[in-house]
Amino acid sequence: MKRLMTKEKGKRLFLLGNEAIVRGALEAGLDFATTYPGTPSSEIGNTFYEIGKEAKVYFEFSTNEKVATEVAAAASACGLRAMTFMKHVGLNVASDAFMTVAYTGVRGGFVVVSADDPGCHSSQNEQDNRYYARLANVPMLEPANAQEAKDMVLAAFGMSEQIEMPVLVRTTTRLNHVRGAVDTGELGPQRGKGHFEKDPKRFVTIPAHARIGHVKLLERMAKALEISEKSQFNRVIDMGGSEYGIITSGVSHNYVADVMAAAGIKGRILKLGMTWPLPETMISKFIKPYDKIIIAEEGEPLLENAVMALAKEANPKIAVYGKRSGHFSVLGEYDPDVLKAAFSKITGRNLMPGNVHKPEIQLPPRPPSLCPGCPHRSTYYAAKRALKQNFKDAIFSSDIGCYTLGIQDPLNTADFLLCMGSSVDAAGGFSKATDQPVLAFLGDSTFFHSGIPGVVNAVYNRHRFVYTILDNRTTAMTGHQPNPGMGTDGRGNPAPIVSVEGIVKGCGVDFVRTVDPSDIKAMQKAYEDALAHDKLAVIVAKRECVLLEVRSRKKAGNFLTWQINQEECKKCQTCIKTWGCPAIYLAEDGTVHINEGICNGCGICAKVCPFKAIHENKEARK
Amino acid sequence: MTRIVVVGVGGQGVLFASKVLSEAALAEGKNAVMSEVHGMAQRGGVVMCNICVGCIESSLVGNAEADIIFAFEPMEAYRALPKANKNTRFVTNTSPVVPVVVSIGKQKYPDIEAMFAEIKTLTPKLTAVDADALAMQAGSYVTANSVLLGALAGTPECPVSKEKLVEALKNSVPPKTVEINLKAFELGLEFARHH
Repeated sequence: MKRLMTKEKGKRLFLLGNEAIVRGALEAGLDFATTYPGTPSSEIGNTFYEIGKEAKVYFEFSTNEKVATEVAAAASACGLRAMTFMKHVGLNVASDAFMTVAYTGVRGGFVVVSADDPGCHSSQNEQDNRYYARLANVPMLEPANAQEAKDMVLAAFGMSEQIEMPVLVRTTTRLNHVRGAVDTGELGPQRGKGHFEKDPKRFVTIPAHARIGHVKLLERMAKALEISEKSQFNRVIDMGGSEYGIITSGVSHNYVADVMAAAGIKGRILKLGMTWPLPETMISKFIKPYDKIIIAEEGEPLLENAVMALAKEANPKIAVYGKRSGHFSVLGEYDPDVLKAAFSKITGRNLMPGNVHKPEIQLPPRPPSLCPGCPHRSTYYAAKRALKQNFKDAIFSSDIGCYTLGIQDPLNTADFLLCMGSSVDAAGGFSKATDQPVLAFLGDSTFFHSGIPGVVNAVYNRHRFVYTILDNRTTAMTGHQPNPGMGTDGRGNPAPIVSVEGIVKGCGVDFVRTVDPSDIKAMQKAYEDALAHDKLAVIVAKRECVLLEVRSRKKAGNFLTWQINQEECKKCQTCIKTWGCPAIYLAEDGTVHINEGICNGCGICAKVCPFKAIHENKEARK
Repeated sequence: MTRIVVVGVGGQGVLFASKVLSEAALAEGKNAVMSEVHGMAQRGGVVMCNICVGCIESSLVGNAEADIIFAFEPMEAYRALPKANKNTRFVTNTSPVVPVVVSIGKQKYPDIEAMFAEIKTLTPKLTAVDADALAMQAGSYVTANSVLLGALAGTPECPVSKEKLVEALKNSVPPKTVEINLKAFELGLEFARHH
């Protein structure tokens, strides 16, 4: 990570897209960075966590994306260069602030990075956040590779300050998680501390001021349009001929360029990097000489719609090949095959590989699952035991995090999920709408993110359900970032611990029980009591994420794995059918074994086994 | 230009080996673009990385485009078959990682020999190494990805030299484990050269 801070100019680094974003910000002299972790943006924050102190960047993991945006907006209003970054759905959370910071404008450069996820690699939807640039009317840049990620973030800061607007840098998974060569520029000078010069007419958005703010916004965006028309990021690439005009942006460009080069398709590509405001004059000029224009953009037909509108004047007879014509889909992530299929249809040439081998053997799926030794498994197991025959009817209101994986066999403990924090809010709805048992589950970091208003709501409106905070002492799914309950901040400094129990008690919950889920009996008892409670009952299932715990156990030299004694094992398969640890497997001869290569040594299977056939393997793993 | 598809299961070190391979290509003065998988899929799910060595812009490999399929798990090697063509080199581990649907007895793990036989109907270039066994021989099961990198280095299709790979590997593993990782690498290399 340290190499990211190199003072050397012109050095070639092999960087993850997210690291390139950090480098771009450092070259811009970034002072202030905030985030809430979310894939595919997480490594931006992880990088600042590692280098923030040394790079003299103030960095924090904020409790959620709205908070992160407001914290950074304040820093910008004090004249500092600030950046906030989040996954695409995080911008939904931050949108309230994002919309209005466009009205107030900014002082120090303010860059907002949205990491979209076409194809839902690790998300609940594949919304296209290019809409947000239009909705808020904020300038937007879309990098196509790691080098551009660095260059565009750097340019975004300059533009932001020049026109006093926040700038949206819209990325996608395939940009965030690409690794490629990046040539460094100079590190920018930082400002350190800022000073807030009062200007209530600008920064206090009462209606009278907001109306003026909207006028100013339009004035600033007129300047942004001038920049867009001349931007080096909007450029024409000649592919040797003039048969086809192609307009593209983001990573789609890469597939277009490769497929055209490989197939010898002649044309010119208008590669758009600054995509809001759109360089309409440039686009009109580009489409003028063509009979056919191809629009290759992942997601919604935004460029396509704009081109259709511009073509009415610029070139009414032009044929537009895009989503409306059925050549491209709004669904999923693009790849070379998507582009080959589209170009095949458009050109009438078969560009598809002829010899794609279709596997004959049906393969078992391999979905992600809770890790061996994961404390969430114990919690779910205990809740199911407590519910007994009511399990079938009980509603498990789940949330965003590793624990969503409770959906898999044999646990089946996820029935409903919308977004971060929906577990507790929806549980309240279920409890009023039905007479079914209702249980909500969410993690500690998600609790701080958006799990608190639901507690207040449930107490106030007398909702009755069991709310479990799966406190595994980290933000596990996104890569173990610290959160307010852990005692460490975003720069690795000791921090006050915010108490989960204190918060729920403060909201007026009278049933709050903290249990270590590895104590299955105590956990089951907690659920029995909580289910019998006539109001909201809170259980804090507190045990460190097994991936972290294993590290410390190995360090301390007390790491052991477990084995099944084949003579004692009655092959009842209780461990397989109810516990479902990936380390336990059924052999073809009907015997049951533990794969000690992946066993994390939690030993809870020994408690689950009705015949006490599972024992420690005293010979520690090599 | 060489297009490589690296596949395996979350936790096997697919990302690590892909990075070593790409860093080695870059150190050799070749351009490399790599596409990674992070987040939820890493929890025991299928992990696929794409590496393009040479001058292209895409970081993803299309169907039948892979020059090398580099697999950490035999079933995942087979699952990647649509990416292969008749010239593709397969380098795969033979030790299975059983998915949960199999470990709980709901489905069966496919016959490994049958999967390899079908791969061979498409391409004769199959290097199948028991990386887990060789890793234990080197000193620790965690060096299986070094065995596999060594096996890859032992094939004529590998786009980077053995020297650069060893250098990149040395720079990437914890200093204490350099020795056993290099031993594992050599074991993989020897195996590939003789099979």
